[in-house]
Amino acid sequence: MRFELTPRASVSPVMRALAPVAAFVTAFLIAGFVIWLMGRSPVAAFDVYVLQPLSDPWSLQELAVKATPLALIAIGLSYCFRANLWNIGAEGQYVIGAVLGSWLALRTHGTEAGAWVLPLMLILGVVGGALYGLIPAFLKTRFGVNEILTSLMLVYVAQLILDYLVRGPWRDPKGFNFPQSVTFDPSATLHPVLEGGRVHYGALFALVAVLLTAVILGRTLFGYRLKLTGDAPRAARFAGFSAKATTMAVFAISGGLAGLAGISEVSGQIGQLQPSISPGYGFTAITVAFLGRLNPIGILIAALVVALTFIGGESAQILLKLPLDLTQAFQGILLLCVLAADALVSYRIRFVTRGGGK
Amino acid sequence: MKPDVSSSGPPLVELQGISKRYGDLLANDGIDLAIEPGEIHALLGENGAGKSTLVKILYGVIEPSAGEIRWEGRPVSIGSPVEARNLGLGMVFQHFSLFDELTVAENIAVALSGEWSLSTVRSKLGDISRTYGLALDADRAVWTLSAGERQRIEIVRCLLQNPRLLILDEPTSVLTPQEAEHLFATLDRLSADGCSILYISHKLEEVRRLCRRATILRGGRVVATIDPRAKSAREIAALMVGNEVGEVRTDAPHRVQGEVLRVSRLSIPPAGLHGQALRDIDLVARAGEVVGIAGVAGNGQSELFAALSGERPAERADVVVIAGKPVGTVGIDARRRLGAAFVPEERLGHAAAPTHRLSENTLISHASAEVSRSGFILVNAARRLARSIIQGFDVRTPEGDPQARKLSGGNLQKFVIGREIIRRPKLIIVDQPTWGVDAGAARLIRQALVDLARAGSAVVVVSQDLDELFEVADRMAVIHQGQLSPLKPVSEWTREAIGLEMLGVAQGQGGVHAL
Repeated sequence: MRFELTPRASVSPVMRALAPVAAFVTAFLIAGFVIWLMGRSPVAAFDVYVLQPLSDPWSLQELAVKATPLALIAIGLSYCFRANLWNIGAEGQYVIGAVLGSWLALRTHGTEAGAWVLPLMLILGVVGGALYGLIPAFLKTRFGVNEILTSLMLVYVAQLILDYLVRGPWRDPKGFNFPQSVTFDPSATLHPVLEGGRVHYGALFALVAVLLTAVILGRTLFGYRLKLTGDAPRAARFAGFSAKATTMAVFAISGGLAGLAGISEVSGQIGQLQPSISPGYGFTAITVAFLGRLNPIGILIAALVVALTFIGGESAQILLKLPLDLTQAFQGILLLCVLAADALVSYRIRFVTRGGGK
Repeated sequence: MKPDVSSSGPPLVELQGISKRYGDLLANDGIDLAIEPGEIHALLGENGAGKSTLVKILYGVIEPSAGEIRWEGRPVSIGSPVEARNLGLGMVFQHFSLFDELTVAENIAVALSGEWSLSTVRSKLGDISRTYGLALDADRAVWTLSAGERQRIEIVRCLLQNPRLLILDEPTSVLTPQEAEHLFATLDRLSADGCSILYISHKLEEVRRLCRRATILRGGRVVATIDPRAKSAREIAALMVGNEVGEVRTDAPHRVQGEVLRVSRLSIPPAGLHGQALRDIDLVARAGEVVGIAGVAGNGQSELFAALSGERPAERADVVVIAGKPVGTVGIDARRRLGAAFVPEERLGHAAAPTHRLSENTLISHASAEVSRSGFILVNAARRLARSIIQGFDVRTPEGDPQARKLSGGNLQKFVIGREIIRRPKLIIVDQPTWGVDAGAARLIRQALVDLARAGSAVVVVSQDLDELFEVADRMAVIHQGQLSPLKPVSEWTREAIGLEMLGVAQGQGGVHAL
């Protein structure tokens, strides 16, 4: 006996809308089962993971903080994924954006540099991420190298560069040998939106990116170009859209947004460079992009949902002694469930018994 | 000589009341069909008439919703192609399934089940080749072979399993007239040896040449079973289409004016390992005329189209001149801006994006025109444009603005051609304008192309369908292995002369494969 996927004659819009909900329920059931196997109460875990963060103002703010980089990166990735180009290296572009932007912060450290520092840092962050993103794009268009491999491998290069810098040349001389840079000056720090709050201006960048992208993808020729390149590459060539230019453009955009997320995080949340500046935002953003079906508004919602699992995971670690790896496992389960739900909306499973289509 | 088909025993295979339902669509509706031993039976019908569905049911690829298949009088159920082959059915598909890198013998051995070694295949191949005149060199790599030779591999592969019934799906669509005649001789011999043949086609002349009985399908039903030699081609066509198909009117007064397209000494290296190079192509198309380019598939048509459209620019600008401007090195968009329009062979995926709505598909060739302004899409203008194409070219759509893949082949082709013609191009280059399109749509498309030329545009039609070219073209040339024959008025061409050019004989290149 084997399975066969056969396309459904018509896809009901109700099912399409309910698919993510079904995916979530399934993912929670699977995760609950795993937690039960580990000898903990799934009900308590659900309470800690989902209900508590949503009922506590501090957690709600934290939600926005965590969702910001996820949304920024995922929005950028949606440009690539729409054009069927696989940028898996957003994590590296995030790091290089943070590194290049921080360079200015460290250069101007302790000087009387004015208000121009922060905007320039942000620009450098975008430029750094974009340039780093263009490396796999160039290798692909020039030599036909698979962008999945190069973009992924460049993540490790970026992380090691950061590691070298904070342990070597950029280490804070007064930092008791901890691998970290000096703390940024106020002129190099991204401020909170509300005085005393934790949500910084990066959240606004994410909102602007969402809105701009909604217009670009839905209403402009460039947006159509990406859609056409992804859905029918030969038709895109026939329309006169150069595949090389498209590849370069989307990698620059997604790298730039990842870089912006990186520098915003460093200058807004962390306030200095250190070996670890991301709990894997660049990779999780891939889940977010697909969870949001590459739709800007969907991505915003998905970023909030996935941010919830980060926060829930942290408290579960403290309150229930559940390992943080479980959070990553849950994110993976969630992505698989979403993809499966999407497939099952358009296809149905048929059991075929051996020896023919009876 | 063929054995008497009215013999007393039961038919070799008999289909009774075969129906196949897909959702609301009844692809086959109560089809009865009987094939006698040794008979060559034609299955005629338009695209979408249900021929492929019926054949797939017979070959065990899909299962019928209702009905019965009897093999030598005994009911059978054919659950898979393997069971079909065990029963004695062989099938030669329209699209070959061969490995280009393997040799002829390897390709055959790969497809046959376990007990066939390469050496048995080789020796059997020799026997079959001699008996049926299917000359094949066992050790040649497939990619060096012509379409006719590749088809022979498929036929031999079936014959090695001693089929009782051989099914051929549109076998001549890739053959030159001479190769087709050779195939017919083979089929006659097979039939004389008692092998039945189900011959699927929409070409009436060859059906009249081969068959004594033909079953005609229309809209999933059998409309008639006839002796094709007793009816005129017109009568059969009327049965297939359901009403009289008019002829394309080309008699409108017209004046041929200045050159719009000049191609001189265009040479392009092959794109891939098995791509076709173009060599020293010269071509002129003038305003007011239709230029036809004939040729067997795979002789450089798509390469020529890509070079003319700019999808694959040439190295020098002056090899392609459109409206007086050398454009050999520029892309398709710049050529469109000079008033050129292009329609590629593949409708889905090349001319149109399957999952995009028709209004979005207008953007593909109108990106620089009225449906966008400074980078923004004018959604309403695109919808209006799609609507006027739908109305102007009689495109039948299931809804107002459907996805391209929801349209039938003929309707999508009308849309794609209409999308270009509505721009009133000075030059239009069309690759296989009516490939896989029903007769009604084909007539409309040909008429639209002729009308466009009569209104003062230059029209270049690349086609494998000689009837089509004789119907619409004013001047014609033949492409063979990347070289173009001289362009001559249609009145100076005969089918034989074209056939020889297609084989490369007239150019004295020697490269004639064994017939």
